[in-house]
Amino acid sequence: MHTDLITFLLHMGDNTLILSQRNSEWCGHGPVLEQDIALTNIALDLLGQTRNFYQYAASLSGDGTTEDSLAYLRTVREYYNCLLVEQPNGDWGQTILRQFLFSAYQYPLYEKLKVHPDDTIAAIAAKALKEVTYHLRWSSEWVVRLGDGTPESHSRMIKALDNLWPYTGELFDPASYEQIAAIDSAILKTAWLDRVTAVLAEATLPLPGQTFMQSGGKKGLHSEHLDYLLAELQYLQRTYPGNEW
Amino acid sequence: MATTDMGELFQQKIDKEIKIEPRDWMPDAYRKTNLRQISQHAHSEIVGMLPEGNWISRAPTLKRKAILLAKVQDEAGHGLYLYSAAETLGMSRDQMVADLNNGKAKYSSIFNYPTLTWADMGAVGWLVDGAAILNQVMLCRTSYGPYARAMVRICKEESFHQRQGFEILLVLSKGSAAQKAMCQDAINRWWWPSLMMFGPKDSESTNSDQSIQWKIKRKTNDELRQQFIDMIAEQVKILGMTLPDDKLQWNPERKHYDFGEINWEEFWNVVKGNGPCNKQRLDARRKAHEEGAWVREAAKAHAAKRLAKVA
Repeated sequence: MHTDLITFLLHMGDNTLILSQRNSEWCGHGPVLEQDIALTNIALDLLGQTRNFYQYAASLSGDGTTEDSLAYLRTVREYYNCLLVEQPNGDWGQTILRQFLFSAYQYPLYEKLKVHPDDTIAAIAAKALKEVTYHLRWSSEWVVRLGDGTPESHSRMIKALDNLWPYTGELFDPASYEQIAAIDSAILKTAWLDRVTAVLAEATLPLPGQTFMQSGGKKGLHSEHLDYLLAELQYLQRTYPGNEW
Repeated sequence: MATTDMGELFQQKIDKEIKIEPRDWMPDAYRKTNLRQISQHAHSEIVGMLPEGNWISRAPTLKRKAILLAKVQDEAGHGLYLYSAAETLGMSRDQMVADLNNGKAKYSSIFNYPTLTWADMGAVGWLVDGAAILNQVMLCRTSYGPYARAMVRICKEESFHQRQGFEILLVLSKGSAAQKAMCQDAINRWWWPSLMMFGPKDSESTNSDQSIQWKIKRKTNDELRQQFIDMIAEQVKILGMTLPDDKLQWNPERKHYDFGEINWEEFWNVVKGNGPCNKQRLDARRKAHEEGAWVREAAKAHAAKRLAKVA
Protein backbone atom coordinates (compact mmCIF):
# COMPACT_ATOMS: atom_id res chain seq x y z
CA MET A 1 0.00 0.00 0.00
CA HIS A 2 1.37 3.41 -0.94
CA THR A 3 1.54 6.17 1.59
CA ASP A 4 -0.48 9.27 0.80
CA LEU A 5 2.73 11.11 -0.01
CA ILE A 6 3.76 8.54 -2.62
CA THR A 7 0.29 8.43 -4.13
CA PHE A 8 0.26 12.22 -4.31
CA LEU A 9 3.62 12.21 -6.10
CA LEU A 10 2.36 9.59 -8.53
CA HIS A 11 -0.75 11.65 -9.18
CA MET A 12 1.38 14.70 -9.94
CA GLY A 13 3.76 12.75 -12.18
CA ASP A 14 0.95 10.89 -13.93
CA ASN A 15 -0.78 14.15 -14.85
CA THR A 16 2.32 15.48 -16.55
CA LEU A 17 3.38 12.17 -18.12
CA ILE A 18 0.04 11.59 -19.80
CA LEU A 19 -0.23 15.17 -21.04
CA SER A 20 3.35 15.02 -22.30
CA GLN A 21 2.60 11.78 -24.14
CA ARG A 22 -0.48 13.35 -25.73
CA ASN A 23 1.34 16.53 -26.76
CA SER A 24 4.26 14.60 -28.22
CA GLU A 25 1.86 12.90 -30.65
CA TRP A 26 1.99 16.22 -32.52
CA CYS A 27 5.76 16.17 -32.96
CA GLY A 28 6.40 16.34 -36.70
CA HIS A 29 2.71 16.94 -37.48
CA GLY A 30 2.04 20.47 -36.22
CA PRO A 31 0.30 23.17 -38.30
CA VAL A 32 3.33 25.50 -38.28
CA LEU A 33 6.95 24.51 -37.78
CA GLU A 34 7.53 27.05 -35.00
CA GLN A 35 4.48 25.78 -33.09
CA ASP A 36 5.49 22.16 -33.60
CA ILE A 37 8.71 23.09 -31.80
CA ALA A 38 6.84 25.00 -29.07
CA LEU A 39 4.46 22.15 -28.26
CA THR A 40 7.33 19.65 -28.23
CA ASN A 41 9.10 21.95 -25.78
CA ILE A 42 6.09 21.78 -23.51
CA ALA A 43 6.00 17.99 -23.84
CA LEU A 44 9.65 17.91 -22.81
CA ASP A 45 9.08 20.17 -19.80
CA LEU A 46 6.16 18.05 -18.64
CA LEU A 47 8.19 14.89 -19.05
CA GLY A 48 10.95 16.46 -16.94
CA GLN A 49 8.41 17.28 -14.21
CA THR A 50 7.20 13.69 -14.30
CA ARG A 51 10.70 12.36 -13.84
CA ASN A 52 11.23 14.61 -10.82
CA PHE A 53 8.04 13.43 -9.14
CA TYR A 54 8.63 9.76 -9.97
CA GLN A 55 12.25 9.81 -8.86
CA TYR A 56 11.20 11.24 -5.54
CA ALA A 57 8.41 8.66 -5.22
CA ALA A 58 10.85 5.87 -6.12
CA SER A 59 13.36 7.02 -3.51
CA LEU A 60 10.63 6.90 -0.86
CA SER A 61 9.49 3.42 -1.90
CA GLY A 62 12.97 2.02 -1.51
CA ASP A 63 12.06 -1.43 -2.85
CA GLY A 64 13.84 -1.28 -6.19
CA THR A 65 11.15 0.95 -7.67
CA THR A 66 12.48 3.32 -10.35
CA GLU A 67 11.03 6.13 -12.41
CA ASP A 68 10.71 3.62 -15.23
CA SER A 69 8.98 0.90 -13.24
CA LEU A 70 6.48 3.54 -12.17
CA ALA A 71 5.85 4.68 -15.74
CA TYR A 72 6.04 1.36 -17.53
CA LEU A 73 4.80 -1.30 -15.14
CA ARG A 74 1.65 0.09 -13.58
CA THR A 75 -1.76 -0.82 -14.97
CA VAL A 76 -4.49 1.59 -15.94
CA ARG A 77 -6.16 1.21 -12.54
CA GLU A 78 -2.94 2.22 -10.81
CA TYR A 79 -2.64 5.53 -12.66
CA TYR A 80 -3.90 8.59 -10.77
CA ASN A 81 -3.95 11.33 -13.43
CA CYS A 82 -7.05 13.45 -13.90
CA LEU A 83 -9.33 12.69 -16.83
CA LEU A 84 -8.59 15.99 -18.59
CA VAL A 85 -5.04 15.12 -19.59
CA GLU A 86 -5.88 11.74 -21.11
CA GLN A 87 -8.50 13.15 -23.49
CA PRO A 88 -7.51 12.66 -27.16
CA ASN A 89 -5.77 15.47 -28.99
CA GLY A 90 -8.62 16.19 -31.37
CA ASP A 91 -7.67 19.10 -33.60
CA TRP A 92 -5.00 21.71 -32.78
CA GLY A 93 -7.66 23.83 -31.06
CA GLN A 94 -8.63 21.06 -28.63
CA THR A 95 -4.97 20.32 -27.89
CA ILE A 96 -4.31 24.00 -27.18
CA LEU A 97 -7.38 24.33 -25.02
CA ARG A 98 -6.51 21.23 -22.99
CA GLN A 99 -3.04 22.64 -22.40
CA PHE A 100 -4.45 26.01 -21.40
CA LEU A 101 -7.02 24.58 -18.97
CA PHE A 102 -4.33 22.43 -17.37
CA SER A 103 -1.59 25.09 -17.27
CA ALA A 104 -4.06 27.50 -15.69
CA TYR A 105 -4.56 24.88 -12.96
CA GLN A 106 -0.86 24.02 -12.60
CA TYR A 107 0.15 27.64 -12.21
CA PRO A 108 -1.58 28.43 -8.89
CA LEU A 109 -0.92 24.86 -7.72
CA TYR A 110 2.85 25.13 -8.17
CA GLU A 111 2.82 28.64 -6.75
CA LYS A 112 1.49 27.16 -3.52
CA LEU A 113 3.65 24.03 -3.62
CA LYS A 114 6.86 25.96 -3.99
CA VAL A 115 6.54 26.90 -0.31
CA HIS A 116 5.53 23.37 0.74
CA PRO A 117 7.22 22.16 3.96
CA ASP A 118 8.64 19.15 2.08
CA ASP A 119 11.81 20.62 0.54
CA THR A 120 11.87 18.25 -2.43
CA ILE A 121 8.29 19.04 -3.41
CA ALA A 122 9.01 22.74 -2.99
CA ALA A 123 12.10 22.53 -5.21
CA ILE A 124 10.30 20.56 -7.94
CA ALA A 125 7.43 23.05 -7.89
CA ALA A 126 9.72 26.09 -7.99
CA LYS A 127 11.52 24.77 -11.08
CA ALA A 128 8.28 23.68 -12.75
CA LEU A 129 6.61 27.02 -12.08
CA LYS A 130 9.05 28.75 -14.42
CA GLU A 131 8.14 26.30 -17.18
CA VAL A 132 4.41 26.51 -16.52
CA THR A 133 4.56 30.31 -16.65
CA TYR A 134 5.65 29.97 -20.27
CA HIS A 135 3.14 27.18 -21.05
CA LEU A 136 0.33 29.32 -19.70
CA ARG A 137 1.37 32.37 -21.68
CA TRP A 138 1.82 30.41 -24.89
CA SER A 139 -1.45 28.50 -24.60
CA SER A 140 -3.41 31.63 -23.55
CA GLU A 141 -2.16 33.46 -26.62
CA TRP A 142 -3.25 30.62 -28.84
CA VAL A 143 -6.70 30.35 -27.24
CA VAL A 144 -7.16 34.06 -27.95
CA ARG A 145 -5.82 33.75 -31.48
CA LEU A 146 -8.10 30.84 -32.34
CA GLY A 147 -11.17 32.10 -30.48
CA ASP A 148 -10.90 35.51 -32.08
CA GLY A 149 -9.50 34.38 -35.47
CA THR A 150 -11.97 33.23 -38.12
CA PRO A 151 -15.56 31.97 -37.84
CA GLU A 152 -14.22 28.46 -38.38
CA SER A 153 -11.58 28.68 -35.66
CA HIS A 154 -14.13 30.25 -33.31
CA SER A 155 -16.61 27.42 -33.77
CA ARG A 156 -13.86 24.81 -33.40
CA MET A 157 -12.90 26.35 -30.06
CA ILE A 158 -16.51 26.27 -28.87
CA LYS A 159 -16.63 22.59 -29.75
CA ALA A 160 -13.36 21.99 -27.91
CA LEU A 161 -14.80 23.75 -24.84
CA ASP A 162 -17.87 21.49 -25.02
CA ASN A 163 -15.62 18.45 -25.17
CA LEU A 164 -13.23 19.38 -22.39
CA TRP A 165 -15.18 21.45 -19.91
CA PRO A 166 -16.81 18.43 -18.18
CA TYR A 167 -13.33 17.26 -17.17
CA THR A 168 -12.34 20.47 -15.39
CA GLY A 169 -14.44 19.90 -12.24
CA GLU A 170 -12.26 16.99 -11.14
CA LEU A 171 -9.25 19.29 -10.82
CA PHE A 172 -10.86 20.90 -7.77
CA ASP A 173 -12.44 17.81 -6.24
CA PRO A 174 -9.56 16.61 -4.07
CA ALA A 175 -8.77 12.93 -3.60
CA SER A 176 -7.89 11.88 -0.06
CA TYR A 177 -4.13 11.80 -0.77
CA GLU A 178 -4.22 15.43 -1.91
CA GLN A 179 -4.33 16.50 1.75
CA ILE A 180 -0.52 16.21 1.36
CA ALA A 181 -0.59 19.36 -0.77
CA ALA A 182 -2.26 21.21 2.09
CA ILE A 183 -3.98 23.59 -0.31
CA ASP A 184 -7.58 24.75 -0.14
CA SER A 185 -9.02 23.61 -3.45
CA ALA A 186 -11.55 26.45 -3.39
CA ILE A 187 -8.68 28.94 -3.53
CA LEU A 188 -7.13 27.06 -6.46
CA LYS A 189 -10.46 27.03 -8.23
CA THR A 190 -10.93 30.78 -7.82
CA ALA A 191 -7.47 31.49 -9.24
CA TRP A 192 -8.10 29.10 -12.13
CA LEU A 193 -11.56 30.44 -12.92
CA ASP A 194 -10.39 34.06 -12.85
CA ARG A 195 -7.71 33.27 -15.38
CA VAL A 196 -9.95 31.16 -17.60
CA THR A 197 -12.72 33.76 -17.54
CA ALA A 198 -10.33 36.53 -18.57
CA VAL A 199 -8.70 34.59 -21.40
CA LEU A 200 -11.99 33.26 -22.79
CA ALA A 201 -13.38 36.80 -22.75
CA GLU A 202 -10.41 38.08 -24.71
CA ALA A 203 -10.87 35.16 -27.08
CA THR A 204 -14.54 36.15 -27.53
CA LEU A 205 -15.52 32.68 -26.32
CA PRO A 206 -18.44 32.16 -23.93
CA LEU A 207 -17.68 30.77 -20.49
CA PRO A 208 -19.52 27.41 -20.37
CA GLY A 209 -22.45 27.27 -17.97
CA GLN A 210 -23.14 24.74 -15.24
CA THR A 211 -22.77 21.21 -16.51
CA PHE A 212 -22.29 17.73 -15.10
CA MET A 213 -18.64 17.15 -14.21
CA GLN A 214 -16.96 13.80 -14.83
CA SER A 215 -14.51 12.47 -12.29
CA GLY A 216 -12.65 9.30 -11.31
CA GLY A 217 -9.20 9.59 -12.87
CA LYS A 218 -7.54 10.67 -9.66
CA LYS A 219 -8.80 7.48 -8.01
CA GLY A 220 -7.76 5.24 -10.90
CA LEU A 221 -11.11 5.17 -12.70
CA HIS A 222 -10.29 6.37 -16.20
CA SER A 223 -11.86 6.88 -19.60
CA GLU A 224 -11.40 4.16 -22.20
CA HIS A 225 -8.65 6.24 -23.85
CA LEU A 226 -6.00 5.77 -21.20
CA ASP A 227 -5.25 2.08 -21.56
CA TYR A 228 -4.54 2.45 -25.29
CA LEU A 229 -2.13 5.25 -24.48
CA LEU A 230 -0.44 3.06 -21.86
CA ALA A 231 -0.31 0.05 -24.19
CA GLU A 232 1.74 2.13 -26.59
CA LEU A 233 3.85 3.81 -23.94
CA GLN A 234 4.66 0.54 -22.16
CA TYR A 235 5.02 -1.70 -25.22
CA LEU A 236 8.77 -2.35 -25.13
CA GLN A 237 9.02 -2.88 -21.38
CA ARG A 238 6.07 -5.27 -21.49
CA THR A 239 7.36 -7.20 -24.51
CA TYR A 240 10.91 -7.60 -23.19
CA PRO A 241 10.54 -7.69 -19.41
CA GLY A 242 13.60 -6.91 -17.33
CA ASN A 243 15.89 -5.68 -20.11
CA GLU A 244 18.11 -2.63 -19.96
CA TRP A 245 17.63 0.04 -22.65
CA MET B 1 30.73 40.96 -71.89
CA ALA B 2 29.80 42.44 -68.52
CA THR B 3 28.48 39.07 -67.42
CA THR B 4 31.76 37.39 -68.24
CA ASP B 5 33.60 39.91 -66.10
CA MET B 6 31.19 39.38 -63.25
CA GLY B 7 31.60 35.66 -63.67
CA GLU B 8 35.36 35.92 -63.48
CA LEU B 9 35.18 38.19 -60.47
CA PHE B 10 32.84 35.75 -58.81
CA GLN B 11 35.16 32.81 -59.39
CA GLN B 12 38.08 34.83 -58.06
CA LYS B 13 36.19 35.46 -54.81
CA ILE B 14 35.44 31.74 -54.52
CA ASP B 15 39.09 30.90 -55.14
CA LYS B 16 40.14 33.36 -52.44
CA GLU B 17 37.70 31.71 -50.00
CA ILE B 18 35.55 34.84 -49.71
CA LYS B 19 32.00 33.85 -48.80
CA ILE B 20 29.22 34.75 -51.20
CA GLU B 21 26.46 36.73 -49.47
CA PRO B 22 22.79 37.16 -50.47
CA ARG B 23 23.22 40.61 -52.04
CA ASP B 24 26.35 39.72 -53.99
CA TRP B 25 26.15 39.07 -57.68
CA MET B 26 26.12 35.38 -58.45
CA PRO B 27 25.61 33.30 -61.59
CA ASP B 28 22.05 32.17 -62.01
CA ALA B 29 23.11 28.54 -61.91
CA TYR B 30 24.94 29.10 -58.61
CA ARG B 31 21.77 30.57 -57.10
CA LYS B 32 19.63 27.75 -58.44
CA THR B 33 22.00 25.02 -57.29
CA ASN B 34 22.23 26.46 -53.79
CA LEU B 35 18.50 27.03 -53.59
CA ARG B 36 17.82 23.47 -54.69
CA GLN B 37 20.37 22.02 -52.33
CA ILE B 38 19.49 24.09 -49.23
CA SER B 39 15.75 23.65 -49.65
CA GLN B 40 16.20 19.89 -50.18
CA HIS B 41 18.28 19.85 -47.05
CA ALA B 42 15.55 21.71 -45.13
CA HIS B 43 12.89 19.30 -46.43
CA SER B 44 15.07 16.37 -45.36
CA GLU B 45 15.16 17.69 -41.81
CA ILE B 46 11.38 18.03 -41.75
CA VAL B 47 10.56 14.69 -43.38
CA GLY B 48 13.33 13.17 -41.26
CA MET B 49 11.26 13.95 -38.15
CA LEU B 50 8.74 11.30 -39.19
CA PRO B 51 10.69 8.01 -39.00
CA GLU B 52 12.11 8.90 -35.60
CA GLY B 53 8.90 10.54 -34.42
CA ASN B 54 7.40 7.10 -35.02
CA TRP B 55 9.08 5.86 -31.80
CA ILE B 56 8.57 8.80 -29.42
CA SER B 57 5.39 7.32 -27.95
CA ARG B 58 7.08 3.92 -27.49
CA ALA B 59 10.56 4.87 -26.25
CA PRO B 60 11.57 2.24 -23.66
CA THR B 61 12.54 4.55 -20.78
CA LEU B 62 11.63 8.08 -19.75
CA LYS B 63 15.21 9.19 -20.32
CA ARG B 64 15.26 7.73 -23.85
CA LYS B 65 11.92 9.38 -24.54
CA ALA B 66 13.25 12.78 -23.45
CA ILE B 67 16.37 12.40 -25.60
CA LEU B 68 14.39 11.30 -28.65
CA LEU B 69 11.87 14.13 -28.28
CA ALA B 70 14.69 16.64 -28.00
CA LYS B 71 16.40 15.13 -31.00
CA VAL B 72 13.36 15.28 -33.26
CA GLN B 73 12.76 18.83 -32.05
CA ASP B 74 16.35 19.70 -33.00
CA GLU B 75 15.59 18.52 -36.51
CA ALA B 76 12.62 20.89 -36.71
CA GLY B 77 14.99 23.66 -35.61
CA HIS B 78 17.49 22.68 -38.31
CA GLY B 79 14.69 22.83 -40.84
CA LEU B 80 13.93 26.37 -39.69
CA TYR B 81 17.53 27.60 -40.03
CA LEU B 82 17.81 26.03 -43.45
CA TYR B 83 14.54 27.43 -44.74
CA SER B 84 15.76 30.85 -43.61
CA ALA B 85 19.08 30.34 -45.41
CA ALA B 86 17.25 29.26 -48.57
CA GLU B 87 14.90 32.27 -48.39
CA THR B 88 17.92 34.56 -48.81
CA LEU B 89 18.12 33.21 -52.37
CA GLY B 90 14.71 34.60 -53.21
CA MET B 91 12.10 31.91 -52.59
CA SER B 92 9.57 32.04 -49.74
CA ARG B 93 9.22 29.21 -47.23
CA ASP B 94 5.56 28.83 -48.27
CA GLN B 95 6.64 28.19 -51.83
CA MET B 96 9.30 25.69 -50.76
CA VAL B 97 6.80 23.82 -48.58
CA ALA B 98 4.32 23.82 -51.47
CA ASP B 99 7.01 22.32 -53.73
CA LEU B 100 7.68 19.59 -51.17
CA ASN B 101 4.00 18.78 -50.78
CA ASN B 102 3.27 18.66 -54.49
CA GLY B 103 6.19 16.34 -55.09
CA LYS B 104 8.27 18.83 -57.08
CA ALA B 105 11.04 19.14 -54.50
CA LYS B 106 13.10 16.21 -53.28
CA TYR B 107 14.34 15.23 -49.83
CA SER B 108 16.84 12.63 -48.72
CA SER B 109 15.68 9.18 -49.81
CA ILE B 110 16.87 7.60 -46.58
CA PHE B 111 13.70 8.77 -44.85
CA ASN B 112 11.64 6.61 -47.16
CA TYR B 113 12.68 3.54 -45.20
CA PRO B 114 10.58 2.40 -42.23
CA THR B 115 11.70 2.36 -38.59
CA LEU B 116 10.60 -1.10 -37.51
CA THR B 117 12.12 -1.61 -34.08
CA TRP B 118 13.62 0.44 -31.26
CA ALA B 119 17.08 -0.51 -32.53
CA ASP B 120 16.32 1.59 -35.60
CA MET B 121 16.55 4.69 -33.37
CA GLY B 122 20.13 3.64 -32.70
CA ALA B 123 20.95 2.75 -36.29
CA VAL B 124 19.42 5.95 -37.66
CA GLY B 125 21.45 8.03 -35.20
CA TRP B 126 24.68 6.17 -35.78
CA LEU B 127 24.53 5.49 -39.53
CA VAL B 128 22.13 8.04 -40.99
CA ASP B 129 23.22 10.97 -38.84
CA GLY B 130 26.79 9.72 -39.15
CA ALA B 131 26.61 9.87 -42.94
CA ALA B 132 24.86 13.23 -42.81
CA ILE B 133 27.54 14.69 -40.54
CA LEU B 134 30.35 13.97 -42.99
CA ASN B 135 28.45 15.90 -45.60
CA GLN B 136 27.55 18.65 -43.15
CA VAL B 137 31.06 19.13 -41.79
CA MET B 138 32.16 19.70 -45.36
CA LEU B 139 29.28 22.17 -45.83
CA CYS B 140 30.44 24.30 -42.87
CA ARG B 141 33.00 25.57 -45.39
CA THR B 142 30.66 25.85 -48.35
CA SER B 143 30.99 29.06 -50.36
CA TYR B 144 27.49 30.46 -49.75
CA GLY B 145 27.66 32.36 -46.44
CA PRO B 146 24.15 31.79 -44.99
CA TYR B 147 24.35 28.06 -45.74
CA ALA B 148 27.80 27.71 -44.18
CA ARG B 149 26.70 29.52 -41.02
CA ALA B 150 23.54 27.44 -40.68
CA MET B 151 25.65 24.30 -41.02
CA VAL B 152 28.01 25.33 -38.21
CA ARG B 153 25.09 25.50 -35.79
CA ILE B 154 23.61 22.26 -37.09
CA CYS B 155 26.86 20.30 -36.88
CA LYS B 156 27.19 20.92 -33.16
CA GLU B 157 23.84 19.26 -32.51
CA GLU B 158 24.26 16.50 -35.05
CA SER B 159 27.41 15.09 -33.49
CA PHE B 160 25.43 14.69 -30.27
CA HIS B 161 22.74 12.84 -32.23
CA GLN B 162 25.22 10.43 -33.67
CA ARG B 163 26.73 9.64 -30.27
CA GLN B 164 23.35 8.96 -28.69
CA GLY B 165 22.47 6.66 -31.62
CA PHE B 166 25.64 4.68 -31.10
CA GLU B 167 24.94 4.54 -27.37
CA ILE B 168 21.48 3.05 -27.96
CA LEU B 169 23.09 0.29 -30.02
CA LEU B 170 25.87 -0.21 -27.49
CA VAL B 171 23.33 -0.93 -24.75
CA LEU B 172 21.44 -3.33 -27.02
CA SER B 173 24.67 -5.06 -28.04
CA LYS B 174 25.31 -5.92 -24.39
CA GLY B 175 21.71 -6.88 -23.69
CA SER B 176 19.57 -10.00 -24.06
CA ALA B 177 19.70 -12.30 -27.10
CA ALA B 178 16.59 -10.60 -28.45
CA GLN B 179 18.17 -7.17 -28.09
CA LYS B 180 21.37 -8.28 -29.81
CA ALA B 181 19.36 -9.71 -32.69
CA MET B 182 17.35 -6.48 -32.88
CA CYS B 183 20.62 -4.51 -33.02
CA GLN B 184 22.15 -6.60 -35.81
CA ASP B 185 18.91 -6.57 -37.80
CA ALA B 186 18.74 -2.76 -37.68
CA ILE B 187 22.35 -2.47 -38.85
CA ASN B 188 21.63 -4.89 -41.69
CA ARG B 189 18.66 -2.88 -42.87
CA TRP B 190 20.21 0.60 -42.56
CA TRP B 191 23.76 -0.06 -43.82
CA TRP B 192 23.21 -0.04 -47.58
CA PRO B 193 20.65 2.78 -47.64
CA SER B 194 23.06 4.94 -45.61
CA LEU B 195 25.80 4.35 -48.20
CA MET B 196 23.34 5.51 -50.84
CA MET B 197 22.94 8.82 -48.96
CA PHE B 198 26.16 10.07 -50.54
CA GLY B 199 24.50 9.96 -53.94
CA PRO B 200 25.48 8.33 -57.24
CA LYS B 201 29.06 7.39 -58.04
CA ASP B 202 31.21 10.31 -59.21
CA SER B 203 31.24 8.84 -62.70
CA GLU B 204 27.40 9.06 -62.77
CA SER B 205 26.86 12.31 -60.90
CA THR B 206 25.74 15.23 -63.04
CA ASN B 207 26.08 18.08 -60.53
CA SER B 208 29.46 17.32 -59.00
CA ASP B 209 32.09 19.11 -61.15
CA GLN B 210 30.54 22.56 -61.18
CA SER B 211 29.62 22.32 -57.50
CA ILE B 212 33.24 21.57 -56.64
CA GLN B 213 34.52 24.44 -58.76
CA TRP B 214 32.11 26.80 -56.98
CA LYS B 215 33.08 25.24 -53.64
CA ILE B 216 29.47 24.43 -52.86
CA LYS B 217 30.87 20.93 -52.32
CA ARG B 218 34.47 20.29 -51.39
CA LYS B 219 34.53 16.52 -51.60
CA THR B 220 33.00 14.19 -54.12
CA ASN B 221 30.30 11.63 -53.37
CA ASP B 222 32.78 8.76 -53.59
CA GLU B 223 35.32 10.44 -51.32
CA LEU B 224 32.73 11.06 -48.62
CA ARG B 225 31.32 7.56 -48.96
CA GLN B 226 34.76 6.01 -48.54
CA GLN B 227 35.43 8.17 -45.48
CA PHE B 228 32.17 6.97 -43.96
CA ILE B 229 32.85 3.30 -44.65
CA ASP B 230 36.34 3.53 -43.14
CA MET B 231 34.90 5.11 -40.00
CA ILE B 232 31.94 2.75 -39.53
CA ALA B 233 33.91 -0.41 -40.31
CA GLU B 234 36.01 0.33 -37.22
CA GLN B 235 33.17 1.47 -34.97
CA VAL B 236 31.08 -1.64 -35.64
CA LYS B 237 33.78 -3.72 -33.97
CA ILE B 238 33.08 -1.97 -30.66
CA LEU B 239 29.48 -3.16 -30.94
CA GLY B 240 30.58 -6.71 -31.68
CA MET B 241 28.24 -6.60 -34.67
CA THR B 242 28.91 -6.98 -38.40
CA LEU B 243 28.14 -4.97 -41.53
CA PRO B 244 26.14 -6.90 -44.14
CA ASP B 245 28.83 -6.90 -46.84
CA ASP B 246 31.03 -9.98 -47.35
CA LYS B 247 33.33 -7.98 -49.62
CA LEU B 248 34.14 -5.48 -46.89
CA GLN B 249 37.87 -5.77 -46.26
CA TRP B 250 40.79 -3.53 -45.33
CA ASN B 251 42.98 -2.83 -48.32
CA PRO B 252 46.51 -1.98 -47.08
CA GLU B 253 47.60 -0.60 -50.46
CA ARG B 254 44.72 1.84 -50.76
CA LYS B 255 44.68 2.37 -47.01
CA HIS B 256 40.91 2.16 -47.22
CA TYR B 257 38.24 -0.49 -46.86
CA ASP B 258 37.14 -2.16 -50.06
CA PHE B 259 33.41 -2.79 -50.23
CA GLY B 260 30.76 -4.53 -52.30
CA GLU B 261 28.57 -3.13 -55.03
CA ILE B 262 25.71 -0.85 -53.99
CA ASN B 263 22.30 -1.78 -55.37
CA TRP B 264 21.81 1.26 -57.59
CA GLU B 265 18.58 -0.08 -58.95
CA GLU B 266 17.13 0.18 -55.46
CA PHE B 267 18.61 3.67 -55.08
CA TRP B 268 16.95 4.97 -58.24
CA ASN B 269 13.70 3.26 -57.40
CA VAL B 270 13.47 5.04 -54.06
CA VAL B 271 14.46 8.36 -55.67
CA LYS B 272 11.64 7.89 -58.17
CA GLY B 273 9.10 7.42 -55.38
CA ASN B 274 8.96 3.65 -55.05
CA GLY B 275 10.60 3.28 -51.64
CA PRO B 276 8.70 1.53 -48.86
CA CYS B 277 7.50 4.81 -47.30
CA ASN B 278 7.66 7.53 -49.98
CA LYS B 279 3.91 7.79 -50.12
CA GLN B 280 3.41 7.65 -46.35
CA ARG B 281 5.98 10.37 -45.69
CA LEU B 282 4.55 12.75 -48.24
CA ASP B 283 0.98 11.99 -47.15
CA ALA B 284 1.93 12.79 -43.54
CA ARG B 285 3.43 16.14 -44.56
CA ARG B 286 0.41 17.01 -46.72
CA LYS B 287 -2.01 16.02 -43.98
CA ALA B 288 -0.20 18.22 -41.42
CA HIS B 289 -0.23 21.11 -43.87
CA GLU B 290 -3.88 20.74 -44.90
CA GLU B 291 -5.18 20.16 -41.39
CA GLY B 292 -3.16 23.13 -40.17
CA ALA B 293 -4.63 25.52 -42.75
CA TRP B 294 -7.45 26.76 -40.50
CA VAL B 295 -4.92 27.41 -37.71
CA ARG B 296 -2.67 29.50 -39.94
CA GLU B 297 -5.67 31.41 -41.31
CA ALA B 298 -6.98 32.10 -37.80
CA ALA B 299 -3.59 33.37 -36.66
CA LYS B 300 -3.41 35.67 -39.66
CA ALA B 301 -6.96 36.96 -39.14
CA HIS B 302 -6.35 37.62 -35.46
CA ALA B 303 -3.10 39.46 -36.20
CA ALA B 304 -4.91 41.65 -38.73
CA LYS B 305 -7.64 42.47 -36.18
CA ARG B 306 -5.04 43.47 -33.61
CA LEU B 307 -3.27 45.65 -36.10
CA ALA B 308 -6.56 47.34 -37.00
CA LYS B 309 -7.24 48.04 -33.30
CA VAL B 310 -3.85 49.68 -32.86
CA ALA B 311 -4.26 51.80 -35.98
